Amino acid sequence: MTDPFVRFERVGLSYDSTGNAIEDVSLTIGSGEFVAIVGPSGCGKSTFMKLCAGLHPPSAGAVAVDGRPVSGALKFVGMAFQNATLLPWRTTIDNVLLPLEIVEPYRSSFRAEKRRYVALGESLLATVGLEGQARKFPWELSGGMQQRASICRALVHDPKLLLLDEPFGALDAFTREELWCVLRDVWMLKRFTVILVTHDLREAAFLADTVFVMSPRPGKIILRKEIDLPRPRELAISYTEKFSAIVQELRGRIGNAGKA
Amino acid sequence: MGPRRRIETWAPWLVLISTVALWQAICSAFHVSEFLFPSPWAILVSLAQYAGPIGAHAFQTFWTTMAGFALGVAVGAGLGFVIGSSRLMYHALYRLMIGFNSIPKSAFVPILVVWFGIGTVPAILTAFLICFFPITVNVATGLATLEPELEDVLRALGASRLDIIRKVGLPRSLPYLFASLKVAITLAFIGTVISETVASNNGIGYLMMSAGAQLRMPLVFAGLIVISVMAMGMYELFAYLERRMTGWAHRSMNRST
Repeated sequence: MTDPFVRFERVGLSYDSTGNAIEDVSLTIGSGEFVAIVGPSGCGKSTFMKLCAGLHPPSAGAVAVDGRPVSGALKFVGMAFQNATLLPWRTTIDNVLLPLEIVEPYRSSFRAEKRRYVALGESLLATVGLEGQARKFPWELSGGMQQRASICRALVHDPKLLLLDEPFGALDAFTREELWCVLRDVWMLKRFTVILVTHDLREAAFLADTVFVMSPRPGKIILRKEIDLPRPRELAISYTEKFSAIVQELRGRIGNAGKA
Repeated sequence: MGPRRRIETWAPWLVLISTVALWQAICSAFHVSEFLFPSPWAILVSLAQYAGPIGAHAFQTFWTTMAGFALGVAVGAGLGFVIGSSRLMYHALYRLMIGFNSIPKSAFVPILVVWFGIGTVPAILTAFLICFFPITVNVATGLATLEPELEDVLRALGASRLDIIRKVGLPRSLPYLFASLKVAITLAFIGTVISETVASNNGIGYLMMSAGAQLRMPLVFAGLIVISVMAMGMYELFAYLERRMTGWAHRSMNRST
């Protein structure tokens, strides 16, 4: 929307000699923009995320985030995955606070200001509908609640960039739609930049400002689609004709890519 | 506690008592000679009669085992930490250790005797050699099976390798460690007794060996029972510690209560 926050310039990455995972990817993502990346499985969507987070250097081209070339961990990113990956020996609140034990400036003041951070974490849990669950252990929560906690963990250190790799993939349809709305509300409130990797085209169309469609491996960007649905969006919008048309267009491009 | 749970709690005792009763009945009914197969009563009598010397030998065996076990925990956990946290070390050491572990530990005793003479030292070392391996394997497994996503989450925040091991790796490997301690403590008793039977003038192994040479079979069996009771006691202690320290890893079992 405004100035570019993430910039990929002709980026390629190969893990080994079997060929590129992604190839010749150029794109820009604005600050505060909600972007979804869709594509067939194995197209390098997760690779794209690792490049953004600085977990992997590109083999070709350049990645810049927040105006600086990415070299190593960025520290202002939050990540969540299909598996909640909460630590079973920590309570929900201690799981959520884990990033604060790692990243500065919270790290050095973690002991001294623990009480304040706990309050911060609890209010964050409340915004995703987990009030009163902070002292429970992850295994005492349902799958959907675990995923909410996992998103809180990704957000607790106020990241500028939130990376989500199919975060709702393992949930049932109703819980998934509920969590779309949770994510929408948190994002509307805090306006960080989001990159959401997903298989679910409805999810992409409902949540994102811009959807990028990737081709099968080696992954390239084959479509950039701006979703011009007005915000705030309610779930009902996903039953409109306009919404269906967007989803169908995206679906069509992925289908074509399969034959190419 | 439902009736079913109560039966579960008492089941091992029922099995024990009925086995002993059957054993006693057979020995009494067929007048089995004590030199061949002593009855539980005869064993009990000799336990009481030699309580003093048995206690002294048992204490020797116990602290020897504890020393070997402590050494095994220190070395085993250390090696497991190294192997589990470094791919290079894993590849360098794991197969060699499998090879080492497949050597029967009784084969080491003569070597240890040449190096250290007979007595406590070879017994401690045999207990150590037999018990460190399961600890190493378990700790290494706990550390090496970190979810890659979780590692990504933390690395993206700038966590160092040490951070990840401290916050995730070590707590995660604790249940593996405790599970292995239960196995290792019983193995350590085996190691001590093996060494004592061939190369010592002290300990339950020595007691059984000399009682056997004098055909005092009730005393031999008394020795067996003393070892077994000590090993079971230590097993239960570590099982208790495991439940206390890492209950979160056994939640499905806790839940059914």
